Amino acid sequence: MGRYVARRLLLTIPVLFGASFLIFAMVYALPGDPIRALGGDRPLAPAVVAQLRQEFNLNDPLGIQYLKYLGDLAQGDLGTDFRGRPVLDTISQRLPVTIKLTVVAILIEAVIGIIAGVLAGIRRNSFFDNVVLVSTTLVVSIPILVLAFIAQFTFGLKLGLFPISGVQEGWYSFLLPGFVLASGSLAYVARLTRTSVAENMRADYVRTARAKGLPNRTVVVRHTLRNSLIPVVTFVGADIGTLLGGAIVTESVFNLPGIGRAIFDAVRAQEGAVVVGIVTLMVFFFIFFNLVVDVLYAVLDPRIRYE
Amino acid sequence: MSTASTSLPSGPARAGTGPLLEVQDLRVRFRTGSGLVNAVNGVSYTVSEGETLAILGESGSGKSVSAQAIMGILDMPPAEITSGRIVFEGRDLLTVPAEEQRKVRGPGISMIFQDALSSLNPVYSVGFQIGEMFRAHRGMSRKDAKKRAVELMDRVRIPAAAQRVNDYPHQFSGGMRQRVMIAMAIALDPRVLIADEPTTALDVTVQAQVMDLLKDLQRDTGMGLVLITHDLGVVNEVADNVAVMYAGRIVERGTVDDVFSNPAHPYTEGLMSSIPQVEAKGGRLLPIGGQPPNLAHIPSGCPFHPRCPKRRIGADALPGRHCAEDVPPLRLVVPGREAACHYSEEVLGV
Repeated sequence: MGRYVARRLLLTIPVLFGASFLIFAMVYALPGDPIRALGGDRPLAPAVVAQLRQEFNLNDPLGIQYLKYLGDLAQGDLGTDFRGRPVLDTISQRLPVTIKLTVVAILIEAVIGIIAGVLAGIRRNSFFDNVVLVSTTLVVSIPILVLAFIAQFTFGLKLGLFPISGVQEGWYSFLLPGFVLASGSLAYVARLTRTSVAENMRADYVRTARAKGLPNRTVVVRHTLRNSLIPVVTFVGADIGTLLGGAIVTESVFNLPGIGRAIFDAVRAQEGAVVVGIVTLMVFFFIFFNLVVDVLYAVLDPRIRYE
Repeated sequence: MSTASTSLPSGPARAGTGPLLEVQDLRVRFRTGSGLVNAVNGVSYTVSEGETLAILGESGSGKSVSAQAIMGILDMPPAEITSGRIVFEGRDLLTVPAEEQRKVRGPGISMIFQDALSSLNPVYSVGFQIGEMFRAHRGMSRKDAKKRAVELMDRVRIPAAAQRVNDYPHQFSGGMRQRVMIAMAIALDPRVLIADEPTTALDVTVQAQVMDLLKDLQRDTGMGLVLITHDLGVVNEVADNVAVMYAGRIVERGTVDDVFSNPAHPYTEGLMSSIPQVEAKGGRLLPIGGQPPNLAHIPSGCPFHPRCPKRRIGADALPGRHCAEDVPPLRLVVPGREAACHYSEEVLGV
C-alpha cells in the first residue's frame, strides 16, 4: 500500500507539468492584448506597454515563456498579476473562502444525500422513495446557474432567510451557496445510495445475516449499509476535488471572493500567471482527493488490494 | 462405529423421541407482476433428532422456498405464507412474535446456503461473521466471540484456524468457505440444521468432504438435518428419509432405501431412470419428457400428469381418480411409504 501511494504521488508530477503547460498555452492563445486592456478607456503610453510586456515576458515565444515561469516556480515564486500582486497572496487570501464553501457543500451533499438515499432504498416504491426520485430528477435537470439565481431570489431576496451576497455573516453566508453548489451531487448521491442499498438488501449475505438471527438493526446497519456506502463514500471523496474547482458559477452569483471567482476574473484579464497557478492547484486537489478515495476504497473493501 | 452403519443408517428407526420440527400444510405464494406464483402448495414433514431428511426436487419445486419459510427469512412481500404451521419446541413459529422467531434462528434452527462466497459478507472477516452468532445471541464481547470462532473453525477442520480467523471470505477456497458457513450455522448447537444445496457449488471431491463433515457433526450433536438437494447421489449417501417435491408438493416420501429401490410415484421413477448408469456406458440418458410446471399455472389434477407416462385420462381413469382432474392426495401406499399418485400401487407393482 505504501509503495502504491508513493507511486501515485510520483505520477502526479508529470500530470501537473502537463496540466500547467496546457493552461499556459490556452491563455497564450486567447485573442486580444492583456496589457492594452489594463488601461481601459485611456490607452497606456507605448513605453509603459513595452516595459510591461518585457517584464511579463510577453514578447517571448510560448515555450520560452513557460520555461521562464517554471524557473521562477522552482524558486518558490508563483509570479504576480499585471498589477504586481503576488499570485501566492491571491491564493492564500481566497482559498479559505472556497474551502469553506466546499466543506459546507460536501456536508450537505453527504448528509442529506445519504439519509434520503438510505430511506428510499430501504422502502423501495414507498411515497418517500417517489419523492426522492422526482425531486432528484428535477434538481439534476436544472442548470446550476438557473438554480443559483432561483435560490438567491427566493430564499435570499423574497424570504430573506439567507444573505444574498458576500461572506459577512461567516459560515451562515455559505449555507445557500453551499446548497446550490451541492445540489447536483446531492441528487446523484441520493440516487446512488438508493440503488446501492436496494441492491444490497437483496444480497445473499443479507439473507444469511437474517438466517443467523441477528437483530434487524444489525442486519440493516452492519450488513446492508456498510456495503452499500462503499461506492457512495468513494463518489463523495472524489467530489471534494471536483467541487473545489467547480465553484466558479456559485462564487460569481453569490459574490464570494473564492478562487473560483479569482480564476474567472483572471481568465477575462488574461492573467496567465494567475490562471496557471490556480488551475494547477485545482488539478493537484483533484488528483490528491482521487488518491485519497482509492486508498479509502481499499480500507472499506478488503477485496481491493493495491500491490 | 463402522463406515457402513454411519453412511446408511436405516431410516426412521434412528428417529429419537418424537419430531424436533414439524411442518404442517405449508403454503407459500408470491405476488409478482405476472400474477400469483404458487411456490409451496401444502407441504408437511417432520424432522426428528439425529434424522437426515432429504428434500429432493428440481429447480422451482419449492424446496428452497419452504426452507426459507421455516427460517422466517422469506421476503414478505412479495412472498406470503397463506397457511400452515411450523411447530418447533412446541410453538408454531408462524404465530410467535417476530422477535421470538428471530431468537430461534441460530440456537434453534439454522441454515446454510448454496453459494458460500455470495452468502458471506465480503467486507467482514470470517472470524467476525462467525463471532456475530455469540455476540447477537449470547451477548459475548467481541474478543470472546473471536476466541469461540477459532474453536469452531477448528471443529469444522479449517487448517490453521487461529491464523485464518482474521482472513476475509475471498481469501478462502470454495470448500473452506462452505466450512465457514457450517461453522457459523452450528455455532450455537442448533437442534435442526437446514442445508440448502450445501455442495452444489463445490467440486466433487470437496463435496464428499463437506458431506462427511456434516454427517460427523450430526452424529456428535444429534441435530436433525434437512438436506435440500437435487443430487440423487448425495441423497443416497447421507439421508435416512427422503421427500420428493414436485410443483410445490411432496409427491413421495419414505426411507431412502425404499424410495430409491422401488419408487411409488412416476416422477420419482423418472428421476431414478435419469441417473447415468455406469453399466449402460454409451447408452442414452433417459430424461423426463416435457417441461417443469409453470408455478403461475399449475396443471389441473395431478400437476405431473402432462409429463406422466402412466397417466390415466378419459375412459382409462377410474372414478374419482382422473389424473387431469382429481388432485391425488399424499397417502400411505404401503407401510412407511407415502405417495401422491392415484395409481401408486401399479407403479410400485404391489
